Amino acid sequence: MSAAPNTAPDSPGTPRVPTIVLVGHGMVGQRFLEELARRGVAARARIVVLCEEPRPAYDRVRLSSYFSGRTPEELSVVEDGFLDEHGIELYVGDPAETVDREARTVTARSGRTFGYDTLVLATGSYPFVPPVPGKDARGCFVYRTIEDLLAIEEYAKTARTGAVVGGGLLGLEAAGALQGLGLGTHIVEFAPRLMPVQVDEGGGAVLRRTIERRGLTVHTGTGTREVLAEDGAVTGMVLTDGAELAVDMVVFSAGVRPRDGLARECGLAVGERGGVAVDAWCRTSDPAVFAIGECALATDGRVYGLVAPGYEMARTVAAVLAGEPDGEGFTGADTSASLKLLGVDVASFGDAHGTTEGCLDVVYADARAGVYKKLVVDGEGVLLGGVLVGDAEAYGLLRPLTGTVPPVAPEQLVLPPGAGAPVALGPGALPDEAVICSCHNVSKREIAARSSLAEVKRDTKAGTGCGSCLKMIGKLLPPAADQGLCGCFPYGRSELYEIARTRRIGSFAALLDAHGRPEARGGEGCEVCKPAVGSILASLAPGYILDGEQAALQDTNDHFLANLQRNGSYSVVPRVPGGEITPEKLIVIGEVARDFGLYTKITGGQRIDLFGARVDQLPTIWARLVEAGFESGHAYGKALRTVKSCVGQTWCRYGVQDSMRMAIRLELRYRGLRAPHKLKSAVSGCARECAEAQSKDFGVIATAHGWNLHVGGNGGATPRHADLLAQDLSDAELVRLIDRFLMFYIRTADRLERTSTWLERLDGGLDHLKDVLVRDSLGLCAELEALMTEHVGGYRDEWAQTLDDPERLARFVSFVNAPEAPDPSVRFVPERDQIKPDLVSLTAGPPNAGPLAAGTPAAGTLEGATSR
Amino acid sequence: MTTLELSPSPGSWLPVCETALLTPGRGVAALLPDGRQAAVFRDRSGRAYAIDNRDPFTGAQVLSRGLVGSADGRPFVASPLLKQRFDLETGRCLDEEGVTVAVYPVRTLG
Ligand code: SRM
Ligand SMILES: Cc1cc2nc3c(=O)[nH]c(=O)nc-3n(C[C@H](O)[C@H](O)[C@H](O)COP(=O)(O)OP(=O)(O)OC[C@H]3O[C@@H](n4cnc5c(N)ncnc54)[C@H](O)[C@@H]3O)c2cc1C
Ligand code: SF4
Ligand code: FES
Repeated sequence: MSAAPNTAPDSPGTPRVPTIVLVGHGMVGQRFLEELARRGVAARARIVVLCEEPRPAYDRVRLSSYFSGRTPEELSVVEDGFLDEHGIELYVGDPAETVDREARTVTARSGRTFGYDTLVLATGSYPFVPPVPGKDARGCFVYRTIEDLLAIEEYAKTARTGAVVGGGLLGLEAAGALQGLGLGTHIVEFAPRLMPVQVDEGGGAVLRRTIERRGLTVHTGTGTREVLAEDGAVTGMVLTDGAELAVDMVVFSAGVRPRDGLARECGLAVGERGGVAVDAWCRTSDPAVFAIGECALATDGRVYGLVAPGYEMARTVAAVLAGEPDGEGFTGADTSASLKLLGVDVASFGDAHGTTEGCLDVVYADARAGVYKKLVVDGEGVLLGGVLVGDAEAYGLLRPLTGTVPPVAPEQLVLPPGAGAPVALGPGALPDEAVICSCHNVSKREIAARSSLAEVKRDTKAGTGCGSCLKMIGKLLPPAADQGLCGCFPYGRSELYEIARTRRIGSFAALLDAHGRPEARGGEGCEVCKPAVGSILASLAPGYILDGEQAALQDTNDHFLANLQRNGSYSVVPRVPGGEITPEKLIVIGEVARDFGLYTKITGGQRIDLFGARVDQLPTIWARLVEAGFESGHAYGKALRTVKSCVGQTWCRYGVQDSMRMAIRLELRYRGLRAPHKLKSAVSGCARECAEAQSKDFGVIATAHGWNLHVGGNGGATPRHADLLAQDLSDAELVRLIDRFLMFYIRTADRLERTSTWLERLDGGLDHLKDVLVRDSLGLCAELEALMTEHVGGYRDEWAQTLDDPERLARFVSFVNAPEAPDPSVRFVPERDQIKPDLVSLTAGPPNAGPLAAGTPAAGTLEGATSR
Repeated sequence: MTTLELSPSPGSWLPVCETALLTPGRGVAALLPDGRQAAVFRDRSGRAYAIDNRDPFTGAQVLSRGLVGSADGRPFVASPLLKQRFDLETGRCLDEEGVTVAVYPVRTLG
């Protein structure tokens, strides 16, 4: 950011460069600056930006992602160094207050005055708050800026219920945010349905049902009469139908109004219902003044509340100022949108409400499944528009087809696959001019000319707006040519697995030197391929995982058979098969934790984690645990974690099978199995599913006749419900099928690919999996079972093996030159009667240590990186 | 038998361990007289390196426990915590400009 000291109007006589003053540094304002820079205007003109908010432009469209963890800094849309590089002067927190068009000056709140040759207004809009009594009480908010969100978040800490006034797009986003903050949430919408602008009655009904099922309360066809307050703070709300809601906070989201105050005060023409009137070149009634974005009233009489039309206006004005106006300027824009609100896909495009004369509707509705789709066509079959709720998959294809006669009958485009003739309408059906990215107005031709997503984003910006076009872009691009694991290997994990298996290669160095990329042969490999190959070698040749060269392939977690924590200490997780544990064993865990002063916590995987062990303490801790009959829980490995279980038939009045017995059997069978990613499992004693088996890589649910096997489930960052692979299996059938499933996965999955993503990617999906594993269509099953038998027979507890071998134990020291010395940097402070890492002393470091570097985790790491 | 030594400050040498104790591609930590720690590595060709053990992003003394790799023919270690990579010859961080860790000269005796 630069701020030149010159704040006086240009004095006559000095050599003059033209000055452009931009009022408003929002999304459109920033885009305008980028367009000026791109066209070289920034180099020839002085550019001054007045920014009212306390921070430079940020991504308002993704504002709500703040609540899912994105920081205000990450929301910024201004690239580091952009302003400096182009000499743009930005005044943050200093709004324009008056414009003198006669003198061509703008005065800001700070008193600074700037002369201008061109003035560009990009002041956006403000949230409309209906003039109801009590609207200014403490606890009333709007939803527009980062500051609004910070205030909402703070207030919500002491609130239990909230109401959002307005059931439009933004209202639903705000409602989602309140619910996410843990509040009981009401939505009050004046229109008879939710999202009245985007969807029609049928779509609104489906949307409402789905949202109510998520626990929100929806009131439609009623307005807000009054906000009730006590001691100045919100306590409730009265609706126009007389109903009273007890709420602690209210968020107004009843539409926006263009911020045209500055323009009005200096006498520029504004529309009857607001908005700075502009022509096709976005010029206001004063030729030296332009208006763009949400504050502008376009020639078609509309104020556009979306970012894409604003970008188009920014481009138009920059082109005019660069002396290269193109086309017809800005005469109107597409207001198609595809969004995910409160988990529901909603899309509308073209003439969604069927206002064209003589048009016809094609409707498919399944209220039970929460799906509603409507297409609007004319008498000749030309697609005019449509509404999709609950399943917007077809949006990417339908929107660009708008205005054409689709290559198949319209009803086939809205029917679910399987009903009637399935349509496999690919991106090939789209004309070259079809606009794929509506945020940035990018056509199929422009995308198809590029060879990777990175190139598309860099050259056209497609996909960098709302992101709804990414799926379609993916389909238009050629499949990535280089499927290599990393800079060292040109092969993916499954190919390397096959190479190692068929060529009987047993060492990393041999694999790298013979099959690595030429430039990587003879080198060290890298942090990506080493653990991946380590895992392949381990699953091909069961044995001690840290022998010989293998020791150098494993992440620190595998190396020390424990999980690294943020201060350099480790955690210890003994295996507790099925979550079943005797009081004696519980006592041992308690005693070990007490004697070594470890922090103790029950995990989400039905076992106990002991945190805060120094490297040199791990062997003594494990000696005690092994002595008491514990084994490694492999919490550190890409291996089987836990098989969770419910208590099952033995105790539970509903149970139909002995889930405990089965869980223990499975956990003992697959313990120690190395895989492309961690493996989790669970067994439930009946269909009530208390063990949550359907969120596991392989989950087993008891039936009256045996067991159902579900595969490919996932919790974590991208949850996926498991698919049913087979039903009513006997014990032996179940185990055999799981053997096959796991080995097939280990053999064909990519590095760090959980079974869920692997299954999604598998050609032919679940049907193919059934063919291979149940019907043995590839004739592989005998081999898969044999591999598993070998694993089961070769299993040894890693910790017992380690303790038995002085050489293996030698590595468990803090310092090679002072084996007796504990690491003084690993320190703890008390919290809630236990310990926690002393991060303060860690930050300060030893004598001579500099301050910590600010940084982001290296590319490609997720939380949990150490064990990934 | 050869001994690996590193120089914690100009002119002084500190014995670390027998060279054979170092698994190629894997590191060990050494305690320096003034309380700092060094991370000592050996690569496939047998060459040894020593850099400061403190991960400058987290403050934890853990770089010795990272994985060794090479990029463009130069050896690096990836921090086991958040995976940033550090050039073993220069101490320069490959993933965040302007961040470096100290490098200690090493020699083998015997
Ligand atoms: C200890 C525990 C949290 C707790 O206090 O309860 C835990 C702790 C860690 N989890 Fe977890 N997860 C724990 C249960 C879970 C669960 C719940 C479950 O297993 O029932 C999940 C969601 C279920 C799932 O995996 O599908 C879970 C999803 C993750 C993920 C995301 C995986 C994904 O596919 O999206 C990671 C990151 C990763 O693996 O890359 C992760 C990674 C981690 C790591 C390994 C991060 C790391 O490398 O430091 C944590 C280290 C544990 C340690 O230091 O001891 N943890 N983690 C739980 C240990 C269970 C156990 O006994 O083994
Ligand atoms: C929660 C939310 C979700 C949204 N989702 C979508 C979506 O999915 N798709 C979509 O297309 N659009 C969406 N929008 C709308 C989109 O954010 C706006 O269309 C876009 O931000 C408009 O850009 P703008 O630059 O015109 O206005 P703004 O981004 O509002 O920027 C205007 C800036 O000007 C400043 N300003 C005003 N007056 C002055 C003054 N006198 N001096 C100095 N500065 C001044 C304001 O403080 C503001 O920072 C969403 C909006 C919100 C709030
Ligand atoms: S899943 Fe069924 S058997 Fe198991 S605890 Fe729940 S209700 Fe009981
Ligand atoms: S359509 Fe929004 S980013 Fe492409």
